[in-house]
Amino acid sequence: MTTTHTTAPEAPRANTTDQPYSLIGIPPHIGRALATAGGALAVVSTFLAWTWTAEFPGDLTVYGYPGGLQVLVLVGGALTTLFGLASYGVKGLRWLTPAGADSALKLAALGTFATAWYTIIAISVTLGGLVNLEPGGYVVAAAGLAAALGALSLPYQRPAPDPADPDDTGWEKFRHDTRTALGVFKAGFATGTPTPARKLPAYAEILVIVAALAIGLIVFTYGIGTEYDELFIGFLITTGFGFGALAKAGLVQRLTAITAEHRNVTLVGAFVAAAAFPFTQSDDQYASIGVYILIFATVALGLNIVVGLAGLLDLGYVAFLGVGAYAAAMVSGSPLSPFDIHLPFWASALVGAAVAMVFGVIIGAPTLRLRGDYLAIVTLGFGEIFRIAVLNMDGTSGPDLTNGSQGIPSIPNLSILGFDFGEEHSIAGFTIGRFANYFLLMLLITLVVVIVFRRSSDSRIGRAWIAIREDETAALAMGINGFRVKLIAFALGATLAGLAGTVQAHVTYTVTPEQYQFAHAVPPNSAFLLAAVVLGGMGTISGPLVGAALLYLIPEKLQFLGEFQLFAFGVALVLLMRFRPEGLIPNRRRQLEFHEEKAEAPTVLSKAGA
Amino acid sequence: MTTDTTTQGTAPATAPGDTVLDARGVTMRFGGLTAVRNVDLHVNSGEIVGLIGPNGAGKTTFFNCLTGLYIPTEGEVRYKGQVLPPKSFKVTAAGIARTFQNIRLFANMTVLENVLVGRHTRTKEGLWSALLRGPGFHKAEAASRARAMELLEFVGLAEKAEHLARNLPYGEQRKLEIARALASEPGLLLLDEPTAGMNPQETRATEELVFAIRDQGIAVLVIEHDMRFIFNLCDRVAVLVQGEKLVEGDSATVQGDERVVAAYLGEPFEDAPGDEEVAEVEAAEAQATPGKENDR
Repeated sequence: MTTTHTTAPEAPRANTTDQPYSLIGIPPHIGRALATAGGALAVVSTFLAWTWTAEFPGDLTVYGYPGGLQVLVLVGGALTTLFGLASYGVKGLRWLTPAGADSALKLAALGTFATAWYTIIAISVTLGGLVNLEPGGYVVAAAGLAAALGALSLPYQRPAPDPADPDDTGWEKFRHDTRTALGVFKAGFATGTPTPARKLPAYAEILVIVAALAIGLIVFTYGIGTEYDELFIGFLITTGFGFGALAKAGLVQRLTAITAEHRNVTLVGAFVAAAAFPFTQSDDQYASIGVYILIFATVALGLNIVVGLAGLLDLGYVAFLGVGAYAAAMVSGSPLSPFDIHLPFWASALVGAAVAMVFGVIIGAPTLRLRGDYLAIVTLGFGEIFRIAVLNMDGTSGPDLTNGSQGIPSIPNLSILGFDFGEEHSIAGFTIGRFANYFLLMLLITLVVVIVFRRSSDSRIGRAWIAIREDETAALAMGINGFRVKLIAFALGATLAGLAGTVQAHVTYTVTPEQYQFAHAVPPNSAFLLAAVVLGGMGTISGPLVGAALLYLIPEKLQFLGEFQLFAFGVALVLLMRFRPEGLIPNRRRQLEFHEEKAEAPTVLSKAGA
Repeated sequence: MTTDTTTQGTAPATAPGDTVLDARGVTMRFGGLTAVRNVDLHVNSGEIVGLIGPNGAGKTTFFNCLTGLYIPTEGEVRYKGQVLPPKSFKVTAAGIARTFQNIRLFANMTVLENVLVGRHTRTKEGLWSALLRGPGFHKAEAASRARAMELLEFVGLAEKAEHLARNLPYGEQRKLEIARALASEPGLLLLDEPTAGMNPQETRATEELVFAIRDQGIAVLVIEHDMRFIFNLCDRVAVLVQGEKLVEGDSATVQGDERVVAAYLGEPFEDAPGDEEVAEVEAAEAQATPGKENDR
């Protein structure tokens, strides 16, 4: 949750040519009409049948209401139409586009086009040929294409090209030309200067936050509930372009500004929205995904204290989750636990967190004297040591403590104040299954971690962490006991991971050493945890949550990737680091670090967002 | 080199009297290289002392010995009678604050946050206090902020409190570094080339600032290359050449010293500095061929 906003970003207008330029040679007024009408037509077409057989998943054969991928095209088309109308200056829609409508319209139209054509192609490929399309399919294809072409023809200010060096060799000339063309293309999607927002009354701002959170919940619930690969890919395409369009329109920026003003409302609202998730589910299948995402996200957020705030690259972090899980499993009353005790949850959670903290201090005390790469390597080593030690403490090659590769199975379900987490419960007419119970419990722990992160980052100790990250020598010279402060960050991170581990042990029934590897196809593991933090945005609260959700959902939903999951993950990470090194939800500081040269970067931080 | 300096003819103002910093026989060796050899230096309260010397003379190394960044191989440094602890954060806590030759601000923190970090040793709130947010926490935060704003006011950066440190112009970054150092409420402030890269107006403003700091009762030790600045400013000047203290005294003494001139002009300088050697060198130089001179 970055709580920063910009003051007076200067738009880079100096180096543009005066002549408006467009990517496609259609007159702009026709293009604009085409884009808007294309969007509207796409909306209409979703009420038609696209194919004749229900063999293609989602049943696109029905006249009268949209289904499956049609819903996504409907959303894309509606967005396109709205931005199109807003670009005409229609009264009542101007609030949609505080930063100009054209770039947003382009992205929305492209998103509609991509989703529509993806659907058409998927139908043709799955069923074998274009003959399987009903008229509605042709209509949506035409509408999507019209919208995209029309939107791309909208004029914009092209940056003045660099003069080419006449001495360039062919390759250099090619590179120069490509760079120029790319620059021209990118400028077509440039965000305009946001017009100053009209000040809304506080209740209206809170309503805006509530609406945004409700939309977020709907999008997340829809994504988690997608039943087949095609729908999930369509979902990714639509949300990707849709979010891009909203960002280009300046809505995301406005929303960030509003949430920054009402941080507590946002936090409570987000918590309520997340707690509402299990009530939207009819069965427990997707609640299980929800609880695993929450565990992953919570641990990633704990890691964000260590990596994002204090700047300590910890590659063995999942070991602390394992410590917490094993500790909880051993005191859970499992028949295969070496200790014959059964503690209530509050006690086992404390035990798990405390043991993880002790391990954090034991591992941190010697390693935190190292800096940078050396620390990363040593933590990687300790992470593996944990796993192998647990593997070997099976009574034959070591003390009989962890049951070796068998792990500790049949961990009983939790029961808090007579509420049995293993049973289905009926609350206000909703049936809440086992995973949903754990989801709600885990959500409380996530809330604890969020509050710990927020409060610690905005305090004397949080400033000390950031100072250490920025320049350790200078921080020491300012009187900060670097070792102590880093050890606190390390131990705090370990404690939070251990706390999450205590719930994880009960959710999964079994703890085994291979759940806590450095790299593995299934999150959470150290590599994915770090990836979630980096992908989401270091030093922010929402960043790791979003990053973890994506990193869990994508492999979960795209089963057809199979063996290529890790490969695809690697490619995606490389691309992200190339084009958006500050992460999906950047911390203002980091955004400045990576995009120093851009004039759109704010020069002022209005409130410390850590 | 030194030109028309408006020397303050007065002797060092040791009126308040107490010795704040007392370095005795400080020697720093890195392997075979002796960067600082047997340097004595003392700073009295209310005094501004300058430390000058050619490049590579060991000034910054000596500074690092004073601030706990290096532990002197031999000799000891006392601050108000106490031997300095060997860790730089403890030195700061004891009351010696410093700035750096190449500015080392926390570039991605705001101006105010930079100063707040400087308050670290003078505040106590730990993790629990931050998590529980009792009334004590809010009081301490508010007090820290008020003090930090006062300091920003003092150096003239108050209206830029919310800017990122990296976006400040060079001169203001120097000022911010001083404000950050002052935030730790030091009894002695060490400034490592505070006017490097400044124009004459900025240098003049820095001079005023250092006087204002001295007037608050904080002793100041300055490293500087700008001779006009140093001779205007300092009550006492020590000259460090090749790791050894050559001369110490008021501006007039130092400026009048031939060895200082010789050292700065890059004359050959042997182990034991003395008039004889200088004379010898000068005699040799008189007969030297231009080619030989270029070898130096």
